[in-house]
Amino acid sequence: MALLDVRGLTVRFDTHQGSVRAVDGVSFTLEEGETLGLVGESGSGKSVTNLALLGLIPQPPGVIEAGEVHYGGRDLLKLRPRELQKLRGDEISMIFQDPMTSLNPLLTIGEQLAEVLEVHRGLSRRAARVKCAAGLGDVGIPEPESRLDQYPHELSGGMRQRVMIAMALLCDPKILVADEPTTALDVTIQAQILELMKALQERHGTAIVLITHDLGVVAGMADRVHVMYAGRLVEAAATEDLFRTPEHPYTEGLLASVPRLGGTFGTELLTIPGSPPDLADLPPGCAFAPRCGYATAVCTQSVPRLQPVVDVHAEAPRFAACPPANRSRRRAGGRA
Amino acid sequence: MSAPLLEVRGLKKHFPVGPNTLFGGPRAVLRAVDGVDFTLERGQCLGLVGESGCGKSTVARTIIGLHPATAGSIRLAGEELVGLSPRRWLPYRRRMQMIFQDPYASLDPRQTVASILTEPLAIHGIKKPRERKLNALRLLEAVGLNPRHINRYPHEFSGGQRQRIGIARALALDPEVLICDEPVSALDVSIQAQIVNLLAELKERFDLAFLFIAHDLAVVRHISEAVAVMYLGKVVELAPRDALFEAPRHPYTQALLSAVPLADPIAERQRERVVLEGDVPSPIAPPPGCAFEPRCPAKSGVADGRCGRDTPVLTPSPGGAPHVSACFLETTNAREPTPSQPS
Repeated sequence: MALLDVRGLTVRFDTHQGSVRAVDGVSFTLEEGETLGLVGESGSGKSVTNLALLGLIPQPPGVIEAGEVHYGGRDLLKLRPRELQKLRGDEISMIFQDPMTSLNPLLTIGEQLAEVLEVHRGLSRRAARVKCAAGLGDVGIPEPESRLDQYPHELSGGMRQRVMIAMALLCDPKILVADEPTTALDVTIQAQILELMKALQERHGTAIVLITHDLGVVAGMADRVHVMYAGRLVEAAATEDLFRTPEHPYTEGLLASVPRLGGTFGTELLTIPGSPPDLADLPPGCAFAPRCGYATAVCTQSVPRLQPVVDVHAEAPRFAACPPANRSRRRAGGRA
Repeated sequence: MSAPLLEVRGLKKHFPVGPNTLFGGPRAVLRAVDGVDFTLERGQCLGLVGESGCGKSTVARTIIGLHPATAGSIRLAGEELVGLSPRRWLPYRRRMQMIFQDPYASLDPRQTVASILTEPLAIHGIKKPRERKLNALRLLEAVGLNPRHINRYPHEFSGGQRQRIGIARALALDPEVLICDEPVSALDVSIQAQIVNLLAELKERFDLAFLFIAHDLAVVRHISEAVAVMYLGKVVELAPRDALFEAPRHPYTQALLSAVPLADPIAERQRERVVLEGDVPSPIAPPPGCAFEPRCPAKSGVADGRCGRDTPVLTPSPGGAPHVSACFLETTNAREPTPSQPS
């Protein structure tokens, strides 16, 4: 059985401009110890999906319209806030993109870290402090003892993100949700943090949900990748399968539009025409159809469901939300 | 031979930081740019890469006159700009324009597109109002926007479209040099490619020279002919594009390239990665000698700890003059001690 099983998650926001369905019928599973990459552009619903899992959607304006999130024999969406609070930061924890705004500037690093252990493990301040110093050491922070008495502004961006990771791992979580954990960091620091996450995962067997827009980060980190577009999952596959032969036209366009460090040059980048749709005013049928070179009349009639893809080379079962007829036409190289 | 279009020599920009002391004691100095040299020819794109805080944006802002230079020389077609009064600078600014990173913050929300695109001409007193409007329509067409949207406000456009407006504004004065400061990093992946293609097309069409600043090395590789790598206020390596990406010489460039995640899971799993330790030092208190020395994985290759004492200068690589890097390994490992030629 999967560690985490999300079924038909649908989240709506009621705003002054109207209702917006940020996440629409998203289902996925997470196995123990694996890394699942969740890829998409801004507004694709990748962050909202994960906030919903943790009960962090402000309601109102958010409404969880439908869905189940099974974890440890319970449905997380049905838990009371207090029960969810017990899980968060303990069995399931999260790191966010911006380490500056996710740490409290008025508390020392030690106070913020210790709070986690005091709340979840009932440790005394003194015992927590010892464990926190060890936690900072684990994430490669030099002189952890003295760091405990520093404030967030005294640390660099990379160090602050290490503190966030240390905090998320204090209680040895089963699941770590990492929402763009390296987007705010420079590449050399990003490389340090990604290496660190891999090493910690190997040691603790933590399952990671990695949310990112960076296809390079996914390629290096994830075992499986799910691609989101306009609130819906459009493709799900093992990482190598996805990069070898993207099945959904959006995934194909996304991969083709990224300039490569080791590719051919001087040529024009392939682009996806237009821009991501307005969620308050989605086109009928497939949300990608207006930008898709393979779209036919069928595409605007109904929302395509994720369906199995026949791929003899595939490492693992794979799925795409695009009719097989369209996909085979695409492989034949014909554009509509 | 005529002078290069843009020539920057020994450019320095230092900022005083910290509180003013009561008795006028010296304030600490942040050396944002500390001796940068490069030249840019007509129709060429020079990529300027480096991590945050390395001074690449300050280089851009100093060249365009948004900060006065502390020292050094900026020549546009042979004419010195450093030391000019803002009034005397004005005619040169027309020839060098800038595209900013944030398409939301860099457009005035209360101006219509028409007003945004005609204002530069009005400031410089070019053309009659009617012609300015026609010019604006042509610009919109050139950057791939619908000319009928000329009376709209910035908030009515998406991020990618706003960046197109910013590009149209920069082109309004028919400049020779475009300074692009992270022009695509605030955009979604699928939109980035559109803007990169547009810039490449405009460069050809108007014979523009670009100083293209970005932290995304793949984007820089795609659009540039030559690339300069900065670290803590200095250029540490400058080379033609393919030489830099295929045979980087400076240990920092090597580490930077190896840190970039590749969108290819198989290559990504097989590659050997140089993971640098620690952070970039503070530009207020840079380490003595080579600024990269504290993090350098290759410093043991240089004899008697010279890296921590002396500052390396840009030296031509044995391969040829256009590839220069500032590392003592260059001189230590040179196959033959060729007599140094003044460049």
